[in-house]
Amino acid sequence: MLCRVGQIRRCAASLNQSINQIAASRQKHTLPDLAYDYGALEPHVSAEIMQLHHSKHHATYVNNLNVTEEKYQEALAKGDVTAQVSLQPALKFNGGGHINHTIFWTNLSPNGGGEPQGELMEAIKRDFGSFQKMKEKMSTATVAVQGSGWGWLGYEKDSGRLRIAACANQDPLQGTTGLIPLLGIDVWEHAYYLQYKNVRPDYVKAIWNIINWENVNERLQMARK
Amino acid sequence: MLCRVGQIRRCAASLNQSINQIAASRQKHTLPDLAYDYGALEPHVSAEIMQLHHSKHHATYVNNLNVTEEKYQEALAKGDVTAQVSLQPALKFNGGGHINHTIFWTNLSPNGGGEPQGELMEAIKRDFGSFQKMKEKMSTATVAVQGSGWGWLGYEKDSGRLRIAACANQDPLQGTTGLIPLLGIDVWEHAYYLQYKNVRPDYVKAIWNIINWENVNERLQMAKK
Repeated sequence: MLCRVGQIRRCAASLNQSINQIAASRQKHTLPDLAYDYGALEPHVSAEIMQLHHSKHHATYVNNLNVTEEKYQEALAKGDVTAQVSLQPALKFNGGGHINHTIFWTNLSPNGGGEPQGELMEAIKRDFGSFQKMKEKMSTATVAVQGSGWGWLGYEKDSGRLRIAACANQDPLQGTTGLIPLLGIDVWEHAYYLQYKNVRPDYVKAIWNIINWENVNERLQMARK
Repeated sequence: MLCRVGQIRRCAASLNQSINQIAASRQKHTLPDLAYDYGALEPHVSAEIMQLHHSKHHATYVNNLNVTEEKYQEALAKGDVTAQVSLQPALKFNGGGHINHTIFWTNLSPNGGGEPQGELMEAIKRDFGSFQKMKEKMSTATVAVQGSGWGWLGYEKDSGRLRIAACANQDPLQGTTGLIPLLGIDVWEHAYYLQYKNVRPDYVKAIWNIINWENVNERLQMAKK
């Protein structure tokens, strides 16, 4: 009898450990596919840039994010605060890089450009005066980024208003400012240099031709919920 | 008699104003020439990169620095603190960019590479254990810069020791950390992307082939005074 109880206890303990491991195991982050070919955004963004940007830069953020989260899990499990804090920059950098680029690819489309419609257009007119004014304000803020970073059109939940913001490096908009990201423009030099060289303003001007306003509108609807 | 005194007084006042204006007028900053042709650093850094880097990027920092200092002088003259503070980012960015690149061009030479000699080599061995260890430490710190920035070998006056440091964007080493800059490696993407694409480590590895150790040694001698 006691022998059987012991067996059951050990079996339960082993099951418990397996359940904990499954509960603790993360789904690894993965590089999302683009909805279009690398060359589909030409002549506004070259195929060479799109390929490097997606398959090298974004892929590296994904891989490094997974490594960092793995290490973070270990540090968390041990309650090691020092280790957790030391991992923060890598988490923000690679995690932000993954978030930002995942949004960015959906913000672009070979069928993009023109002007937004519906609720998004109404919100833009209300909060900026006109679509043209929003474009100018966002372009100016984006070009003005010192070093590497992103320009953003974001949604401010408290006020229900659209806002323009810029973030440094891969700092994610929502985690950094609370704004919900709707549309981002990457102005790290890798996003444009092979094609536009140092002339960042030309790239920012060109990218309006491939903005997927349907996607931006969808993000606004999601943000409002 | 009184008429003459009045004339002399007005003349003195006018002279005084001219003297003040001359005293207050700045010499504009200028783009320094390279000591070598744009193509001279190949195959380690391409001619195309050198031309854009010097004649576009550095030139822009120089121009914008002059504009910023002009505005700053006006704000200073009025005692307008708010305006001065608002000009600080542009001053650090463009001023740092000018300082950093001016040092950088002298740190490189088509006859560079190999190993340092004399006092510099002694200091490196003393503070890092070996030249190889210093190269590894500096390369690691430089590659690890998140976003845009520079890796530096600097001189710490208080201790008389050599230090490795990294700075973000165009933050100048001395103004930011107090270390005297001896050797910098630019890892803004514009410094390497056209040639090395996303593979920053390959660029950092290659640049050791063109380091002008005589210049670095000269800077160390100057720093020690």
